[in-house]
Amino acid sequence: MALAGRAALRWGARLPSPGPAAAPLCRPAWLPAACGRPYSSRGKEEIDMSTYPVESIRNFSIIAHVDHGKSTLADRLLEITGTISKTDHNKQVLDKLQVERERGITVKAQSASLFYNHEGINYLLSLIDTPGHVDFSYEVSRSLSACQGVILVVDANEGIQAQTVANFYLAFEAQLSIIPVINKIDLKNADPERVEKQIEKLFDIPTDECIRISAKQGTNVEKVLQKVIEKIPPPQCNTADPLKALVFDSTFDHYRGVVANIALFGGEIAKGHKIVSAHTKKRYEVNEVGILTPNEQPTHKLYAGQVGYLIAGMKEVTEAQIGDTLFLYKQPVEPLPGFKSVKPMVFAGMYPVDQTEYNNLKSALERLTLNDSSVTVHRDSSLALGAGWRLGFLGLLHMEVFNQRLEQEYNMSVILTAPTVPYKAVLSSAKLIKEYGKDQITIINPAQFPDKLSVSEYLEPIVLGTIVTPHEYIGKIITLCQDRRAVQKDLLYIDENRVMLKYLFPLNEIVVDFYDALKSLSSGYASFDYEDAGYQSADLIKMDILLNGNPVEELATIIHKDKAYAAGKLLCEHLKETIPRQLFEIAIQAAIGKKIIARETLKPYRKNVVAKCYGGDITRRMKLLRRQAEGKRLMRKIGNVEVPRDAFIRVLKRETDK
Amino acid sequence: MHWPGDAPPGNGVARDEGMAVPHTPRARSGPTAASAAPTATSTRTWCRRWTRRPCAPAWCGRHRPCSASARCTGACAGWAQGGCWALPCPPAASHPLPHSVTSVFFGGGTPSLASPGTVAAVLEAVAGAAHLPAGAEVTLEANPSSASASVLDGFRAAGVNRLSIGVQSLDDAELRMLGREHTAAEARKAVEAARGLFPGRTSIDLLFGLPGQSRDAWAQRLEATLRLCDDHISLYQLTLERGTALAAQVRAGALPAPPQDLLADMYHTARNVLGAAGFRHYEVSNFARKGALSTHNLSYWRAEQYIGVGPGAHGRFVLRAEGGCSREARVQTPEPVAWMREVQSQGHGTRSRAVLSPLEQLEELLTLGLRTDEGITHERWGHFSPQLNLQAVFGEPGEARALQQEGWLVLDSGGLRCTWAGLAVLDSLLPALLWQLQRVLGAARCPPRGAPAEERAGGGARGL
Repeated sequence: MALAGRAALRWGARLPSPGPAAAPLCRPAWLPAACGRPYSSRGKEEIDMSTYPVESIRNFSIIAHVDHGKSTLADRLLEITGTISKTDHNKQVLDKLQVERERGITVKAQSASLFYNHEGINYLLSLIDTPGHVDFSYEVSRSLSACQGVILVVDANEGIQAQTVANFYLAFEAQLSIIPVINKIDLKNADPERVEKQIEKLFDIPTDECIRISAKQGTNVEKVLQKVIEKIPPPQCNTADPLKALVFDSTFDHYRGVVANIALFGGEIAKGHKIVSAHTKKRYEVNEVGILTPNEQPTHKLYAGQVGYLIAGMKEVTEAQIGDTLFLYKQPVEPLPGFKSVKPMVFAGMYPVDQTEYNNLKSALERLTLNDSSVTVHRDSSLALGAGWRLGFLGLLHMEVFNQRLEQEYNMSVILTAPTVPYKAVLSSAKLIKEYGKDQITIINPAQFPDKLSVSEYLEPIVLGTIVTPHEYIGKIITLCQDRRAVQKDLLYIDENRVMLKYLFPLNEIVVDFYDALKSLSSGYASFDYEDAGYQSADLIKMDILLNGNPVEELATIIHKDKAYAAGKLLCEHLKETIPRQLFEIAIQAAIGKKIIARETLKPYRKNVVAKCYGGDITRRMKLLRRQAEGKRLMRKIGNVEVPRDAFIRVLKRETDK
Repeated sequence: MHWPGDAPPGNGVARDEGMAVPHTPRARSGPTAASAAPTATSTRTWCRRWTRRPCAPAWCGRHRPCSASARCTGACAGWAQGGCWALPCPPAASHPLPHSVTSVFFGGGTPSLASPGTVAAVLEAVAGAAHLPAGAEVTLEANPSSASASVLDGFRAAGVNRLSIGVQSLDDAELRMLGREHTAAEARKAVEAARGLFPGRTSIDLLFGLPGQSRDAWAQRLEATLRLCDDHISLYQLTLERGTALAAQVRAGALPAPPQDLLADMYHTARNVLGAAGFRHYEVSNFARKGALSTHNLSYWRAEQYIGVGPGAHGRFVLRAEGGCSREARVQTPEPVAWMREVQSQGHGTRSRAVLSPLEQLEELLTLGLRTDEGITHERWGHFSPQLNLQAVFGEPGEARALQQEGWLVLDSGGLRCTWAGLAVLDSLLPALLWQLQRVLGAARCPPRGAPAEERAGGGARGL
């Protein structure tokens, strides 16, 4: 993923202010600023949304592989429609988070309504931005459900990448209209023809349907807008129907509470309406509705087919569940089919660096999860690390991004343990079944791993991975995949140079370092994406790490039997380097049950007394010794072995970094 | 410890000052430093460029307490007249001096480059300011390259009665690697000359754990040393100090870093060989026979009082003369030129003063005392901690008890001390002991008050 720093965000949002009778005008961006408005969302004038009937509405997303230019195209669309003023500073306007602009990825979907006049008709185009990484396919599908079509952006130089494939299928399965766009045709090595052929081969879209553009230079961007209007159907719904609003995203505002992003599938909604959540059955009174431009712009009403936001005194994001349906009080409707619920793929323990920071971290976590409902939080505690949480993330990048946001937005520094995946166990022991109240449990913490004797089968999560690579790397990639216990499902040349591979991977094999390994053995050219593929039976075991025979709880891992030996050996070796020598010999062992599978021996100190100590220099020496004495307090004692608290983290991190 | 490999040779800057006064910031070249340790004390002075600026005598005086009235205003003037150095004293205050000085040590830099006249002047100044008994130990550190019989004789005439010679190695190749100016032959000659002049009072310094040094090579050096030495040997494991040429070579891989196990073997070999030859291993790195222990250095390990004179010198003493009763840690201005300027303008070179808390005093006592074979006696501990005795602090279940059970430590009627095996790993024992000490003292909430050191000395007021 790109880590290039993005310029700070500066833009002025402009909105046409339609006269009461006249159809709204689409003002070009170069009009004097007097008719524009600052981006502040609390404008006094409100747009009459009734002038946009369903027929003149288009709801769409842009989907693309990372760095193929999705956000830049969005910037241009916003400029052309006068939604934001045209300046040099419009860079990833919809990427509001610091981490998004730093990493060049979109984490949180944002939306913007555009006004565009085409052949004399004023259109309301709602652009629903989507996150741009494999971890966030859930968010993508969430965004897509409010759309009728997508713009599929492909880099004219890089061609189809793994994520292009994944996103295409998401849109295809949702039966959306797809407008293929080949971007970056201004680049020296651009080969739009080759990309058109790839698109034809892989997606069955005729080459002449592709639009060649340069979002950066603005070339042919107008054409894209015209295609959106021509090709994407308006939403099928009616203002005369009772209110039926789909919540497709939500954010949390410290002053106003939950801001729910909604798409109206019927009826209308306005301030003062009494609404009910189909999911919670809770009743609310609407305080404010409006559209996103991309900032909140209040309107009198929203009508069927339109996309906007709603504030109704909801205090927690859980009250505005993604996929929930809102309807008018006493006018219940059939709820829309709910979206895929959040399914964390990666779990990790999170602990404050210092336990005195526990409460601060807790409140930071609470606030951050208000805005990122895809993170699951369970309280947890560890002997070594104290009280903390077990968090579930959509993927490793999601975890990193979350951690980065904690640091950047809340100034919190945390300890994250090694990521694990949600394993399952089918219980055979009647006692355990009774205890859990079910015969199948999900294990998110190795400490909960049930013994083999009380289990009929262990299951591990698997994913269907898509790899697109120049063909010269194919041998190495196949070896890598086999090392990761992957099963090949497909191998397809998408043109004469590029191959698409599909593999079924155990999730734990790709969760930590697969992406990095793939990138490094393909000189950065191979791309990777994955989607959930359920569970498969697996020969899982719990591997313990022992120090002089005593287990180290935080180093216990659930691992496939075939991988235990190598992983145990590596872990022991790393520990040997990390644990300081002590007065006695320390046996560092990896064990499965009672069986030792790896061992390292840390020899004791035989001499460490400082050679010279006379009167004068004692001050500095005492300082060092006092610090060491103070350090005793922070030692984790495993049996009689003293281990610095950060030693395990360093070991686990090393494993990640390897 | 300092490692002198980086000093440019031949400029008269002492190359072995780190040996002599461990606490001296050795990177600075400079005039002189003298550390006087008055306490039951000693004074240690050292001088770089001793030849050019003969000024700082180091002496260490074991003094009995001065009487309360024994202020030392007058004395300082005497110091100033006698040389260009001064005792550390509080700014704008009278200069407390000990009643008597038990030992004087000229160390740091190459004191043997000084003229015997300078040494004599310093000793005169000491004797003029405090009682310096006729038999008081007066040690001079000497470099084999500047320790001819005639020079040494001059020092003896000036009042020096003990010599510490920085032999370092008896192998020319090793000496070259260490960046020493002298040869093994010169070292032998110097030691023989010294033994003739200071029989039974000549000490030699030796290093082990040099890059590439083998067990056998070390055993041979030990044998050679035994044939040459007098009754005192200091054996130091080489410490590769950052910033030295040797350390850089090791880090770059040009020279092998000695493995930990080899170093331990060498140390234990030395302990065995010297023990068999009748030497008492009385401190981590010091061996003596026929009772030839260094009185001066023992005063450090027994946490007695001492005055440090010279750039960067440290001192520890109870400021009874100022009406205080707390042990103070003092440091003199480290930069030689600044130190000299301050001495000349304000009469002293003291840069910082800090009163040591009761806990800090006990921490120092523990850290230093456990380095000796006698350890910390009940009596000495009692001087610093009249209320909580050794048994109360370390006899209860806790780290110390565990360490005793594991065979590293002994607490008996003689006091608290390391076992033979424990001494070699003292640095692993200390953090645990200090941690227990902090806890017990914290829990007692009535830490020893006042300045126990002076009580031991008989309750009289004491300067310095």
